[in-house]
Amino acid sequence: MSDPILEMRRVSKSFFSIKALRNVDLTVYSGEIHALMGENGAGKSTLMKILSGAYRPDPGGEIRIDGKPVRIDGPLGGRAAGISIIYQELSLAPNLSVAENIYLGREVSRAGLLARGFMQAGVGPMLERLGADFTPSTLVAHLSMGQRQLVEIARALHVRSKILIMDEPTTALSAGESERLFALIRQLRAEGLAIIYISHRMDEVYALGDRVTVLRDGMLVGSLDKPQIRADTIVRLMVGREVSSFYKKDHDPQARLGPPVLAAVDIADGRRVKGCSLTVHAGEVVGLSGLIGAGRTELAHLIIGASPRTAGHVELDGRAVSIRTPGEALDAGIAYLTEDRKALGLFLDMSCLDNINLAVLGRDAKLGGILDRNKARDRANRAFATLAIRAADVGVTAGALSGGNQQKVLLSRLLATTPKVLILDEPTRGVDVGAKSEIYSIIDNLAKSGTAILVISSDLPEIIGICDRVIVMRAGRIAGEIRRTATSPLDQEDIMALATGMEQLDAS
Amino acid sequence: MPHDPSPVEAVPAGAPAGAAAQEAKRQRPRLIIRAAGMLPVLILLCVGFHFLSDGRFFSGQNLGIVLQQAAVNTVLAAGMTFVILTGGIDLSVGSILAAAAMAGLIVSQFPDLGGLWLPAAVLTGLVFGVINGALIALLRLPPFIVTLGSLTAVRGLARLLGADTTVFNSSIPYAVIGNGSLTLVPGVVSIPWLSVIALLVILVSWLVLRRTVLGVHIYAVGGNESAARLAGIKVWAVLIFVYGVSGLLAGLGGAMQAARLYAANGLQLGQSYELDAITAVILGGTSFVGGIGSIWGTLVGALIIAVLSNGLILTGVSDVWQYVIKGLVIIGAVALDRYRLQGSART
Repeated sequence: MSDPILEMRRVSKSFFSIKALRNVDLTVYSGEIHALMGENGAGKSTLMKILSGAYRPDPGGEIRIDGKPVRIDGPLGGRAAGISIIYQELSLAPNLSVAENIYLGREVSRAGLLARGFMQAGVGPMLERLGADFTPSTLVAHLSMGQRQLVEIARALHVRSKILIMDEPTTALSAGESERLFALIRQLRAEGLAIIYISHRMDEVYALGDRVTVLRDGMLVGSLDKPQIRADTIVRLMVGREVSSFYKKDHDPQARLGPPVLAAVDIADGRRVKGCSLTVHAGEVVGLSGLIGAGRTELAHLIIGASPRTAGHVELDGRAVSIRTPGEALDAGIAYLTEDRKALGLFLDMSCLDNINLAVLGRDAKLGGILDRNKARDRANRAFATLAIRAADVGVTAGALSGGNQQKVLLSRLLATTPKVLILDEPTRGVDVGAKSEIYSIIDNLAKSGTAILVISSDLPEIIGICDRVIVMRAGRIAGEIRRTATSPLDQEDIMALATGMEQLDAS
Repeated sequence: MPHDPSPVEAVPAGAPAGAAAQEAKRQRPRLIIRAAGMLPVLILLCVGFHFLSDGRFFSGQNLGIVLQQAAVNTVLAAGMTFVILTGGIDLSVGSILAAAAMAGLIVSQFPDLGGLWLPAAVLTGLVFGVINGALIALLRLPPFIVTLGSLTAVRGLARLLGADTTVFNSSIPYAVIGNGSLTLVPGVVSIPWLSVIALLVILVSWLVLRRTVLGVHIYAVGGNESAARLAGIKVWAVLIFVYGVSGLLAGLGGAMQAARLYAANGLQLGQSYELDAITAVILGGTSFVGGIGSIWGTLVGALIIAVLSNGLILTGVSDVWQYVIKGLVIIGAVALDRYRLQGSART
């Protein structure tokens, strides 16, 4: 093999007394896709920030690029060393054009005036090479998430980066967009770029990774070459123990299948959701699957009254209920876990205690409005214990927790209302493997105790692992339903066939 | 503003107890600093002025003057704290104060209803505040625009109320709240009634913000309005409440001014008071985007403004330079605050 393009030796980073990274050795070659895995908080982000220059490593370590030792200082240091990072939250200015974004900070001017034409001409061939279906003058605001990612990649190539770091690039992409991105990543590998690919998703790592490096608690716990890449090995390295049954489904819906608890009838919003009906029974976990953009989250929002319905109604226990706001949905017994916990779920500056109690403060209050602080603290402590939320104290701000713990705090808020129906939208997105498994058993236990649960998820193994029945949406309509039976388990291909539509499946 | 990924998130999730406890230990001093806020600056200012004024600052009489001067602004700033905590702004408090004082004085002139002037003033403020809140909450108009509009419109109404003249009433009932003092130790310690009212307002505000469901909802709306809506909070009701409180307290401030001056002028009274109120809130460490802040900080902020004015007069600084110094101290104090809290907070 050729000489490595990037070598990190004994790189450590501590924050005050906490070691976020300990003596990490990482070697990356040109023309390889190097997958970096690890639970949230394992040190992936810290490692990345050292490479980008956002953090300076502790003394004692060494970073070599092309065999030469380098010091990466400040946010421009990474770029100067030939490293570009594409973050989860893309860092483009939506109010500027594609060309302006690519040239951002290095604008070309002629006689003091912005040379817009020159810049657009400069990025044109590159966009073409990347297979872009938009022009350099397009406003970034008009692009889809997948297209924006392409702009980010173009920007990295434009500064002649030799190492491209991608941090969970598919989080916001649809299945089709992800496929296109993978093709592009392979193309870049063929062109000799080194790609460090950070992801939680096993299927992506299978599909792309030439090598996998796993971090745990700030240490490098293993590097696997292509033939050794296996899900159980990776998971074992990540969590440091055998994961016997990752998905948990002990509840038996057949035993208690009664009349439906939740029935949504002909729900429509006149735009994205075009007349959808579904039912969920007590003690049943129903999956709502479909491609991104199929209207799953929109349907959930319509059911709980977060956006206005143009048609249809919701029935609870066989009776029609009027739900016009999320507050009314909670009062009726329908709780909704949002897919976007930071923007729509948590109050990051508020304590876990307040976050957990928020929906039941009024119910608990004394004299019609005075906080019952003992009750609130008890409730929060109980939630910490039952859901195994890891934080020093219920008074810690929610923003300081890891993704998995944040999700459990948000879930605790919903459970505090003792809902009859729980709608979980991407319950394990951005959650590390250990917490994922815990969330699955929480869902399982809730189903055992008779809660009707609707799980929206883009993670097919997850849907198959925990659901009794899967409803598949396509383009705003219910495309079909697949039921698990004793003889035939749920099948990934059946779901995809419904989600994409048979015609497309035949063509491929 | 994107949530800045702080080193906090680098704590390994898998090593909970130890790391999390350390993290909490690390956060604690920062929380204490945050709570103390600008108090050190206030104390420094007081001590500094005491020496610069040859020991005249810490006299019973002078402290009484400072407290009295801070009173009306404290009341306005308390209301402003509610509004800014939701991420809003209320530019109309000065105008509402003027209109409320005018309404109060006019009512006080009726022989039979004279005693009702006080509730009339407060109610006037409440009505204007609720109108602000309704426009913001129900029509979803930006608070800056709505209250900028009422800043002008209510000022006009205040002038209209007195036919654009100054209204006097030298025998206004309850004038004692404007000029009297509450004697704690006869002949030794007495507190102006204006300051007692201001302290009561702060106390009640603290109770509402920290001990009621509504208070948590106010912080929640300021912290993340979309999440608050999804969590079942009636965001519109919270918004109407905070602007209503701001208006009501501006009305109370108007009553305090009227009782102190025995007069009100719709044109001049309360001009640019909103700026002092906003300054006090910001000095007090309340985040301008909402969700973070405390009423005690606001009290300290209002006191800093009053101490500055008083101290600069005591030390004989000319009126022109007082403006310059006050402005610079405000910018410097907030810069210092941001520097101390770097990385821990949003602006």
